[in-house]
Amino acid sequence: MVAPSASSRPYVAVKKYLLLAGLHLAALLLGAAFGLPFLWALLTSLKLPIEIFVFPPSWFPETPQWTNYVEIFRQAPLALFFFNSATVTVIAGAGQILSAALVAYGFARFRFPGRDLLFLVMLSTLMLPPQVTIIPTFLLFKVLGWLDQLRSLYIPPWFGGGAFAIFLFRQFFLTLPREYDEAARIDGANSLWTFFRILAPLSIPVFVTMGIFSFLGSWNDFFGPLIFLNTTEKFTLALGLTYFQRVVSIGGRATEHLMMAASMVMTLPCLLIFLLLQKYWIQGIVMSGIKG
Amino acid sequence: MAISATKREAIEGYLYISPWLIGFLVFAAGPMLVSLFLSLTRYKIITPPDLVGFSNYLRMFQEDLFWRSLWNTIYYALVFVPVSIAGSLLCALLLNQRLVGRTLFRAVYFLPSITPIVATAFLWLWIFQPNVGLANYLLDAAGLEGPRWLDDIRWSKPALIIISLWGSIGGGAMLIFLAGLQGIPRELYESADIDGAGANAQFWRITLPLLSPSMFFNLVLGLIGAMQMFTLAFVATSGAGQTRPAGGPAYSTLFYVLNLYNHAFDYWEMGYASALAWFFFLLLLALTYWQLRLSRSWVYYEFERGERW
Repeated sequence: MVAPSASSRPYVAVKKYLLLAGLHLAALLLGAAFGLPFLWALLTSLKLPIEIFVFPPSWFPETPQWTNYVEIFRQAPLALFFFNSATVTVIAGAGQILSAALVAYGFARFRFPGRDLLFLVMLSTLMLPPQVTIIPTFLLFKVLGWLDQLRSLYIPPWFGGGAFAIFLFRQFFLTLPREYDEAARIDGANSLWTFFRILAPLSIPVFVTMGIFSFLGSWNDFFGPLIFLNTTEKFTLALGLTYFQRVVSIGGRATEHLMMAASMVMTLPCLLIFLLLQKYWIQGIVMSGIKG
Repeated sequence: MAISATKREAIEGYLYISPWLIGFLVFAAGPMLVSLFLSLTRYKIITPPDLVGFSNYLRMFQEDLFWRSLWNTIYYALVFVPVSIAGSLLCALLLNQRLVGRTLFRAVYFLPSITPIVATAFLWLWIFQPNVGLANYLLDAAGLEGPRWLDDIRWSKPALIIISLWGSIGGGAMLIFLAGLQGIPRELYESADIDGAGANAQFWRITLPLLSPSMFFNLVLGLIGAMQMFTLAFVATSGAGQTRPAGGPAYSTLFYVLNLYNHAFDYWEMGYASALAWFFFLLLLALTYWQLRLSRSWVYYEFERGERW
């Protein structure tokens, strides 16, 4: 039992400091668990082949081999994969954002028979796992001649952009006062004009958030490219990385430094977007969690 | 031409939602019906589908690999989901304290979830390398003999779970918990302090109940996501140069979707694979429904029930 009164004051202060120190220690340990594997991969990507298979391993390369990052582009058409990924990401992203925003506008601002039911149906597709529809979709693309074409990846997002995106936009549009668009309508603007001149400029944060999610979805997608793409020249980076692994491992030499370098190249755009748009990224996740 | 304003508004509304409506019919509803039909056929693409009744479903329940893949998936989900959610909550509680460099910690915790899954898979293949990998080096330094991880049937699933945990604990779920924590009114804790409730009681009586909506959201999404485990297992187990089939060793990492993928796009058994897909759909639907039912007894909503979304 601690005696009350003045003598317990320093004890409480010490206890508080110890607790705070303990919390910082815990935060540091967790930071190591999350950060060290990544750091390890980064450092490996700068090593010489002979520095890789040594035991015990050394953390730092003797001299950082930045040329590894040149070498990977020689070993496989990584630049082409990068370009393919960028193409898909940009076109799919534009389609997803534009169509989701317009569909959400329709749900948020217009009254029509069956609207609420359709909205529920739309929401229920959130629960539909992509694996369930993949076989008929594959067969459809075969008929359409879209197999082994990048358009198999970037055209579908133009059709509404998915339930999650529509939902996010609609929720945001509902928070904007109707008086704004009504005023524009009275001035004679049509609904499309009203959308682009009044609602869209007020919704830039949601557009940015959706842009980030859309980018991540396309950039990281592995399932789609794996099923729809066939020839090496069409591969996106996610699929190309497995191709890269297959190519460099021929001959059985150490290739981990190259694998890590290629993985870093794929991660870099995600990292840059996070650093630049961290605020929107985090807000978007929080928004989806609270309203969902 | 004279159309009423109401009619005009309705037409415009349909026009705006038409991209989704078309997409829904072509990429969701249509495929669902087609796959239901295909699940009743034998279809290997080169010849037209052949109606075979429910034999695909019967075959499914008799096949060893079906049960094995279902078990692997349930094992993965049962371990991964609770640990991941508890870990996310723990990190969020920690980051909610007055720490020096909180934003930096948050960024570092979040880093793994930014890393693309394919890159994550390669990164951890290297860490779990049995002879010179970082994991076994650290175990060795601690005086333990490390397992052969992804080459060992006893360790392959735990290894994949560790990788998934690394990629998810500091991610979206943590941020959602963090936002939930910051939304809890300070006064609740202050009045609890006055009433003499300890930190422990405050956590169980205030923090946890008020976080239950975030918990529910993370649980539902986490479970659905875990059941769909594919990319990580596919990339991490197909070995250097994809010299061995994904799902090994000895089918210990053959997850449900991996099995489905093999039947559809390796053996081109579209009929059987469609049956697998439909069973999967019903399974996820049942799981989600069950969670919704259960949630009534433990999710606490501050607002009145009538408020939707």
